[in-house]
Amino acid sequence: MREFSPEQLERYSRHILLQDVGVEGQEKLLDASVLIVGAGGLGCPVAMYLAAAGVGRIGIVDGDIVDLSNLQRQIAHFTKDVDVPKVESAREKMLAINPDLDIRTYQLNLMADNIQEIIRGYDFVIDGTDNFPTKFLVNDACVMENIPFSHGGILRFDGQTTTVVPHESACYRCSFRKPPPPDAVPTCSQAGVLGAIAGMLGTIQAAEALKFITGTGTLLTNTLLTFNAKNMDFKKIKLRKQSDCPLCGDNPSITELVDAEQAVCELKG
Amino acid sequence: MRIKINGEAEDIEAEKLTVIDLLRLKNVESPEMVSVQLNGDIIERQDYETTGISADDELDFLYFMGGGSL
Ligand SMILES: [Zn+2]
Repeated sequence: MREFSPEQLERYSRHILLQDVGVEGQEKLLDASVLIVGAGGLGCPVAMYLAAAGVGRIGIVDGDIVDLSNLQRQIAHFTKDVDVPKVESAREKMLAINPDLDIRTYQLNLMADNIQEIIRGYDFVIDGTDNFPTKFLVNDACVMENIPFSHGGILRFDGQTTTVVPHESACYRCSFRKPPPPDAVPTCSQAGVLGAIAGMLGTIQAAEALKFITGTGTLLTNTLLTFNAKNMDFKKIKLRKQSDCPLCGDNPSITELVDAEQAVCELKG
Repeated sequence: MRIKINGEAEDIEAEKLTVIDLLRLKNVESPEMVSVQLNGDIIERQDYETTGISADDELDFLYFMGGGSL
């Protein structure tokens, strides 16, 4: 059993008071590791809540530097951080919230040839990426490495998320098969997003990570939670693990990781 | 015919209908940005034009949603 210091008992008292978490759950959080892919709209709130919760080891991956246009929603980055690597900015805020943590930063883009060695050794992964090739890559690598993860996507006023426990529940490919053709994906000027949507979805993803680690409640497995913030309409769509999934099905056609073609965004950030 | 789309019952005025017809009828801008689940099975994109829909079918439109860092 871990000895909690008086400072820790006070810091985590609202978890410890919570019947489903308690001292044991807080110990699990302190011993857990989560990798956050993307230090953007989704990754920022996830990073801050996981740091606050005392997740002992947090990795964060992002190759970009902070741009002024990020600040409308990427709440771990402040005006002073413009031109600073996003992972460094996020690390600084996480440690400011909770200095006890082991934060690992990866200032790079995940590719087929580096993702496996990076995600290996983490208990849970958060997909907070902005593009489909990386979303599929995260899914494929997590299924191959058998690491549960939370998928998240936001667009305009909408958000969606599902939690994947590889080989037990539907993976992202079970339902979405392959990236959409790059020319069909809305360009940046057609897209945009209401800032707070990122927080709404990111905090759901953070909650899923905390639930997974502490073994609390029912995860969003086999479920696509979608919402539209214009009318605050939340829906759950049932998914299922598909026997014809090209990745986790009975006769998988995908047996190794490949980099998919990427649509390049004209606008900065 | 009466079908269910994303959990809600809808009456469609058509006797014969394919997945692509329904996507057009429901004003889905870009069929390539939606994955269609029919009675729990995923319909491959190339089969949207040949897969028929019958009364009491349950369909789910799963939209591709990128964004995150964006
Ligand atoms: Zn699958």
